[in-house]
Amino acid sequence: MERFITKENLIRLAEELSATCRVLAPVASCGTVTFRRFLPGMVLDLHSRMAAVSPKAATFPQTETLLTVKREIPEKKPEITETLPEGKSVVIGCRPCGARGKLIFNPVYETDKTKDPYYIQRRDNTVFISLACDRPETTCFCHSVGSGPADPDGSDVLLTLVGEGYVARSVTPAGEDVLKSALFTDAGDKGKEADAKNAKAREMMGEAHDYVSAPAKLLARFDDMDFWAAQSAKCISCGACTYMCPTCYCFNITDDDLGLESRRIRTWDNCMSHTFTLEGSGHNPRPTKAHRLKNRVGHKFSYYPDLHGGVMACCGCGRCIKQCPAGIDIRQIVKAAQEYSE
Amino acid sequence: MSQLDDLKNAIKSHLGELECVIGWEQGYDPLHATPLFIRTEADLDRLTIGPLAVHNLATYLTGFKGKKIGVVVKGCDSKSVIQLLNENLIKRDEVVIFGLCCDGVVSQRKIRAALPADPGFVESVEIGASDLKITVAGQAATLKLSDVLADKCLVCATPDAIISDVLIGTAHTPTPPASLACQDEFEAKSDAEKLAFWQENMSRCIRCYACRNACPMCVCRDYCIATSRDPLWLSQDNSPAENMMFQMVHVSHLAGRCTECGECERACPVDIPLMLLRRYMNKQVKDVFELQAGTALEQTPPLLTFKVEEERINERGW
Repeated sequence: MERFITKENLIRLAEELSATCRVLAPVASCGTVTFRRFLPGMVLDLHSRMAAVSPKAATFPQTETLLTVKREIPEKKPEITETLPEGKSVVIGCRPCGARGKLIFNPVYETDKTKDPYYIQRRDNTVFISLACDRPETTCFCHSVGSGPADPDGSDVLLTLVGEGYVARSVTPAGEDVLKSALFTDAGDKGKEADAKNAKAREMMGEAHDYVSAPAKLLARFDDMDFWAAQSAKCISCGACTYMCPTCYCFNITDDDLGLESRRIRTWDNCMSHTFTLEGSGHNPRPTKAHRLKNRVGHKFSYYPDLHGGVMACCGCGRCIKQCPAGIDIRQIVKAAQEYSE
Repeated sequence: MSQLDDLKNAIKSHLGELECVIGWEQGYDPLHATPLFIRTEADLDRLTIGPLAVHNLATYLTGFKGKKIGVVVKGCDSKSVIQLLNENLIKRDEVVIFGLCCDGVVSQRKIRAALPADPGFVESVEIGASDLKITVAGQAATLKLSDVLADKCLVCATPDAIISDVLIGTAHTPTPPASLACQDEFEAKSDAEKLAFWQENMSRCIRCYACRNACPMCVCRDYCIATSRDPLWLSQDNSPAENMMFQMVHVSHLAGRCTECGECERACPVDIPLMLLRRYMNKQVKDVFELQAGTALEQTPPLLTFKVEEERINERGW
């Protein structure tokens, strides 16, 4: 389905939806833009810049309570309550890469053997209304990982800015339902204009980098710790890259014990941290930042694609490059492995 | 010869005796520099200095224990080197210091606010003596360097490296203002306003620990109490209260040690103004202990010493 919505009506749509759903949208606060719960009266910042943090939290919150434990008397059997996520969510104004990021989760969190009910429930109850990009940023490389500035994969509705509003195209039945709102009007011949804008944005991205050889080339460098030491020299081992990333899905589970009541929480883990894969014995198979960066790059561009039909575990949003305090460019690391000659 | 050529020559003459020399090169776009680890003369070709070379490279020094390395420092960064030496965290004979006489570095945040379009779309940057010509999304803009300098540069009393083996450039005579407008403005807020301010800011914190890891004085690294499981001091929950708790721990651990290099705030991907906390703490330390971290060799942070009675705290006279 193809419809049209004015800029004002998109804000109205966000306001209307916020009455019944949790709406997440890019909102400016103290000079930065992040996805946060949108409430009527807040100012949406859809166009000035890419939100610093991706919309990942919509389907995979940074902190999620898995269960609560309550004990009235210490000797009595504790009361355990599972806390599956409730309610519907809508993400408005993410870029296509941000919506696509969650597709990387699917082969991991929903398999024949394992199903993650928390993730699946959130994913199935969240609608993504994405906004196609006008032009690439210096850190964008979505076109090199099988996506593009107007990629509909992972989105339910794809908006393209045309004049004073957006051409809105549904991608899924859930997206079609959104477009039934009276705030949308007939798109007329604006669809062609949207196509032209999308094609122009893709053209501006230039030639895509070919990552086909990356999985094998990175694996060939697996034992070459000199290579990884050089690549990770400037890494400061923080977790900004993984936390910004729409596709990083590792988590930790810890218990917050509050006397007779406690809760088991799941939080984002991060392979740049010393505690990642730290075993109970004290042994860590990834003891240095070189090992950790190898894990991050290897996972995204080698191990994951090897397991899942060549799909890179990266949506090319470039947040890890742009927000790295040391300016590490993951594209350069993969390229260095691809171009490495013995 | 230019300052850059002087620096290159100085590094070249020491390169043979060193594991590497840490400097800067152009990063992923013309508006960003990135640390450069110089191991060969060929690497030297990529070396850059100037207002985009923001990173405090002293952060890397403790990672090279037992190896002799070189580091390029601005005045502010040299204070971190002094503080690391004061605390015995690095050895003087294991580091060759290439000091710069610095004219200030930019704040990417201020550049972002001053440009007509987001710097994510930057196309080219020309650095003049006192301005930056930046073309972003097809629009050219000229920004006065003085308008986009990092806050720390506005009150800098040490633009020239105060410790160095080689000092490059022409010395400055700094006359910094006594206070920083944004700090005064923050401190004038009521307690309720301050609480609201931090609740808003801490609601964005994602506890990525970039602030901690970018800090040259945060030397616990892998053994930080924020991420230790045993003992478990801090919840991993990223609620504003827990996030603030982490920042309070962070700022307390830096009392008397923070050299105000501003790396914590610069590294924060969600723009939390962490230096407001640091500067406030440093002010207390200066008032009580008459100490400014990193300004003199042979001084020890007050919290790393033990005295039965502090000279300036009247413990028995209450």
